[in-house]
Formats: sequence, structure tokens, C-alpha cells
Amino acid sequence: MAANKEQMKDMYVRMRRIRDFESAAARLFAEGKIYGFAHLYLGEEAIAPAVCECLRDDDFITSTHRGHGHIIAKGGDLNLMMAELFGRATGYCKGKGGSMHIADRDKGILGANGIVGAGQCIACGAGLSVKIRKTDQVCACFFGDGSTNQSTFHESLNLASVWKLPVVFVCENNHYGISMSQDRHQAIKDIADRGAAYGIPGVAVDGNDPLAVFEAVQAAVARAREGKGPTLIECKTYRQHGHFEGDPATYKPKEEQAAWMAKDPMPRYAKFLVENGVMTQAEIDAVDAKVAKEIDDAIAFADAQPFAAEESAVVDVYSDIVEEVRDR
Amino acid sequence: MSKTMTYGEAIREAMSVRMRENPNIVLFGEDVGAFGGCFGVSAGMLNEFGPERVRDTPISEGAIIGSAVGSAATGLRPIAELMFNDFLTVGMDQLVNQAAKMRYMFGGKISMPMVVRLPAGAGTGGAAQHCQSLEAWLTHVPGLKVVYPSCAEDAYGLMLTAIDDDNPVMFFENKNLYPVKSEVNSFDPIPLGKGKIVRAGDDVTVVTYGRQVFDALEAANKLAADGISLEVIDIRSLYPLDEAMIGESVDKTHHAVVLTEETRRGGYGGEISATIAEKFFDSLDAPVARIGSLDTPVPFAPNLEKYYMPSPQDVIVAVKKMM
Repeated sequence: MAANKEQMKDMYVRMRRIRDFESAAARLFAEGKIYGFAHLYLGEEAIAPAVCECLRDDDFITSTHRGHGHIIAKGGDLNLMMAELFGRATGYCKGKGGSMHIADRDKGILGANGIVGAGQCIACGAGLSVKIRKTDQVCACFFGDGSTNQSTFHESLNLASVWKLPVVFVCENNHYGISMSQDRHQAIKDIADRGAAYGIPGVAVDGNDPLAVFEAVQAAVARAREGKGPTLIECKTYRQHGHFEGDPATYKPKEEQAAWMAKDPMPRYAKFLVENGVMTQAEIDAVDAKVAKEIDDAIAFADAQPFAAEESAVVDVYSDIVEEVRDR
Repeated sequence: MSKTMTYGEAIREAMSVRMRENPNIVLFGEDVGAFGGCFGVSAGMLNEFGPERVRDTPISEGAIIGSAVGSAATGLRPIAELMFNDFLTVGMDQLVNQAAKMRYMFGGKISMPMVVRLPAGAGTGGAAQHCQSLEAWLTHVPGLKVVYPSCAEDAYGLMLTAIDDDNPVMFFENKNLYPVKSEVNSFDPIPLGKGKIVRAGDDVTVVTYGRQVFDALEAANKLAADGISLEVIDIRSLYPLDEAMIGESVDKTHHAVVLTEETRRGGYGGEISATIAEKFFDSLDAPVARIGSLDTPVPFAPNLEKYYMPSPQDVIVAVKKMM
């Protein structure tokens, strides 16, 4: 089923939020405000908003090291996210997780993840939980092309298939595993082909077109809710920046970069919305202004937050054991 | 009410009791269903609880542990069985980087109530890839709790507690102990971090767990004939560790032997020894003796396997040397 107008508008808002959040993160990283790693979702904004548009609030997602987009799309709080990127006490993870470990259990966000492919197994667990608890929730599992060579990918697709788990496997094929292009890390072109190996549907779509992603995911979610099992959806897209901020990505051919920049999902989708009468330019400008303010507010919020007390480092390892604070 | 049970039956009974109480507890792993588990521990559970809750998995250790992680994060209390603790290698990421760290990484906002059952130990001819004692790999990881019962009552009570715990609990089971019968006098949960004095004595403290409790007791019997009295502590829970019980005993005996089945280098026995040396040094009249298996892979042939493992004789030699 195609997206209706309200859904189309909502996807634009989520896409814009991600684009602005990530652009700000890039700038803040360069300014030294953000510590550690920042793997940005720039260029891939059409995917997570379209996937999450098909989900309910009580559905689950698993994410990746490139997780900001997934979390924002599933309704993650921008203030808490930014505060976590700043390493502050009031951030999502109280300053203990950072960019790669943001989670929000109440919103079904089972965590960004620093280990490539790890979320695939966790998504199976969420799917198993749904089956045992007899609800009709689903879990959307995001991962990149690089992770499809991990054992977790194969173990998880097999398990989800044989147990008919309500999981939608969303492969964001941005064509690079760090510096290694897809044609160098696997001998197939369409990762969706791998669905056949596990007896599940495998669909490849234009990952820079939220409407194409939406349609594929809508069908996969319906299938999952009906207890018919998982689907593999490959969204072909492009990582506009390096693997992480600070990576100049000299390994990417200039022509390739230029060709994909011409397919940038943001202007492309805005143009579609205006041309098809879904939103006026004025409405788009209003969304852009509102989102810009949300991001400015998140940065201001984060900047005003305190760092955690050092002794808090020993808390939350366990539910019931506080580790020893050592004499220094 | 007391009952004689095997170690394996006690584990099965404790799992079953909790599964009867809570429909969100599931058991899954390789061949845990109709096959009853490689060692028969879950025999009959498929009939009682059905294939939804007692699930055979494909041979996919990463997906097994990962399914425990994902289901624990979303409302279940899973019990995952690895057929042999040696297969941890294949699923280690899900345990070390996911299960153990999620609560912390996510700022304490996620719960991870899962049990991983880990049959371990040599003495069955399984050789280098089926007979290891890998508990130290897991005690090294913040976020995991590690238990290792030696008798039916402890297996029962610790399993209840492990299932009730909101943290990932690594439940080691010694394969040789499955058929060993013992008296279960209490069917209550046993708190983690509480050791047990299995034999009181005055001269030397032996700190141990698992199958080596029996070796320690055998050594104690033999040494008693020489007028040397051993106090044997079964720590039962490796982390959290009952340091207080060890300290009190060493204060009394002034001597300590740490006995574990692991290959000795880098083992948990080293951690216990260091803890005694750091915290109770003033009580000691001799250096702590640390006994473990040879630092080799587990050999196959029965004579080699026996030679590889620690024995009661090793304890006797160590005790006589320090007295």
C-alpha cells in the first residue's frame, strides 16, 4: 500500500530532523564539542523515516553504529540524544554510552550498536518475545551492507525464517563497509538475493526514495504481523560522508560521489512533495524552520547539562550491585 | 521435606518450577526438546511445556545467545543452553558486548534477565573442544554474574535465583556431576555471593567450586588421618564472590589453597588468590597455593586427561608444603 498524504508529510518531517541533526553533529564534531566517534546517517534519510512510518509506537527496532537516523525516526528525544553525544549526565545513557549506544526501551528502540551485525540476533530475540507473549508487534532490524557478511546475518535470517519471527530485516546498502566498497566485499550486487537462501522474500528498492521504501516495508510489516515471518528489504543508498567524521573518504571515486549527491533524498523528496501537491513550498519552509529550531534547542539543552559525577561510573553495571569505588 | 535428587534433576526441577509460575520463561538451545538436551537435563520438559517454550534451535550459538538478549530486553526471562561451554567462542559477542553491557551502555534503562546454561569440565573424554572450563572468560566481564553449583541443592537454589535475577547469569554445570545424587533439604532460592563451608576445619582453607569440591573433600579425609584439618569452602557463586567467608576462614587457618579445574594461567583461581593476598595478607602464614589444570588443551586419552586435571593428591602436596 502506498503512503497517504499525512504519512508523506510526516516522513518529510522525520527526514528533515535527521538531516539537520546530523549536519549539526558534523559541525559540532569538527568543533570538538562531540567526543569519540560520530557515524552519520547523511544521505540515508529516506530509509528510517519510511520504515518507522510503517511501525507502531509499541514496535521494536534494532540499530547500528550509524544509528542517529533510526533513533530519531522512531521518536527518540533530540535533547536527550544531543546531551548523550555531549557526554552529559542527563543524556539518554547518562554519559555512559555515547553516539553508538543510544537506546529508548519505552519507544521500542533496543539500542544503537557498535558491533556490526549484532542487532540482527537481538531482533530475533525481540521477535521471539512477541511470539511468546502473543502480541502482534514487529521488530524492524536495521543493518548495513557490510554486516551481511557476518555470521550473525546468516544465523538470524535462518532462525527468523524457520521460526517465522515477526522481523523486518532492513539492509541499508550504502555501498561501503568503512573503506571497502560493496563490489570488493561481496560478489553479489543485490543483497536482497540472499533472502532466497532462507526461503523468505528479498526485495531491493531505491533507498533514496522514501515512498519506495515505505511500500516495501508496509508489505513486510503486514506479513510479519500476520505471523508469516520475516522479509529482507535492501535499500540502495549512499553514505555521503566518510565512515565516521574525520574520515576524508579519499577511497570514494569523485564521479560516484557526485552521481549519488545528485540523488540526494532531501531535495528530491521536497521537490516531489511540492510537484504532487502534497505540501506547498511554504509548508516545507515552515517544517524546515521548526526543525531547525528543534535542533538549536537540543544543542542549547545539551550544552547546559552537567557532566556526570565520576562516581556514577560504578553504577548500572548490574541492577543490584554497585561496583567498588577505588582509592586513587 | 528432603528429597534425594541428581544434580541434573535439580536443574530441571528448578527450571520447571519457575516455568510453571511464569509463562514468559522459555528454554531454548540445541536439542533441548525431544532429545532432552545433550545430557538429558531437559528431558520431559518439551512434553510439559510444549515446543513454543522448550525450543530446539538451529546450530547457531550467536543467534541463540542473541535471542536471549533480545527477548530479555523485551519482556521474557529466557534460559539459553549452550550444549558445551566450549561453544561460547561462537556466540561470545552476544554475551560480552551485548548482554553484559546493555544495562550500563544504556544508562541503566534496560533489564537483562537471562540465564545461559554452560555444561563444562573434563573427565568425559570430549578432548580439547568439549571439556574446557572457561568460567574465567566470563568472570572477567563486568555485567555478568557467574555461578557454579556442586550439588543438587545448590543447583536447585541457584537456578531459581538465576532465573529471578534481572541481570545475565552464567550458570556453569559440571558434566560429571549430572548423575550424582545428593540430598536436597531446602528448596529455597540461594542468594548469589554466598559461599558454603562444606567441611569445617582449622589448619588450611581450601577455596573451590564445582567438581573440585569433591577433590577437596577427598584430600581433607586423607589429611585428617595425618592430623591436618582442612576447611573446605564451596564459593558456589564466582561473581559476586563471598570474600567475607573466605576472609573469616583464612583469619582462622592462616593458610589458603585455591583449587579450580581451569587451566591455571589467567584463571579465576588467580583472582581468588590475589584477593586473599591483597585483603588478608596479614592473616597468612604462607603464600597462597593455586592449583589448576595444566596449561594445555584438554587431552583425549584417559590417562592423559587424568594427568591434565588437578587431583586430591595435588591438594595434599600443596598443604604439606605450606604447613
